[in-house]
Amino acid sequence: MADLAEITKLIEDALPGATVEVVDQGGGDHLAATVIAPQFADASRLEQHRMVYSAVQARLDGGEIHALALKTRAPEDV
Amino acid sequence: MSSELLTMTEEEILDQIKNEVDGNRVFLYMKGTPEAPMCGFSNQVVQILNHIGAEYGARDILPDPRIRQVLSSWSDWPTIPQLFVDGKLVGGCDIVTEMFQAEELQPLLGSEAS
Repeated sequence: MADLAEITKLIEDALPGATVEVVDQGGGDHLAATVIAPQFADASRLEQHRMVYSAVQARLDGGEIHALALKTRAPEDV
Repeated sequence: MSSELLTMTEEEILDQIKNEVDGNRVFLYMKGTPEAPMCGFSNQVVQILNHIGAEYGARDILPDPRIRQVLSSWSDWPTIPQLFVDGKLVGGCDIVTEMFQAEELQPLLGSEAS
């Protein structure tokens, strides 16, 4: 089981100024996150996702998160 | 193939991964096989690749847990599936889906079907 608030904080800490929304897609370990971060400005989708994954890497390795679907973009795209 | 896999060292697993990624223009690491995907996300990528008529190779990472570990540390991508095109990681289910919806995948895979 993943703690959504903790996952949100892990991402926010890694990406200061980001808007983060984490939802449970079922089972408590299949999550989806929408992250809008200034750090994404000139990063590819792959790099954007990598930044989010590395912020929660420990939870992925620990198995609290089985899957994390991601929607990422820089603020200007909003 | 999978039984012989278990006796391979991690270096041999990495070499095999590099050969697969370099030897196939499009290569997918997934849970299960294209004919019998074992995970929703892997299945979604297979459905997309089949829908656009892409030619691709695939490897089931389930027979040996070290495949995913070696692959993920090499590709710096923690989850499965992982799609490689022209030797480079394109991404997982989210990115492949987003690229398909944005019609970026079809030109990348060089197939007319869309």
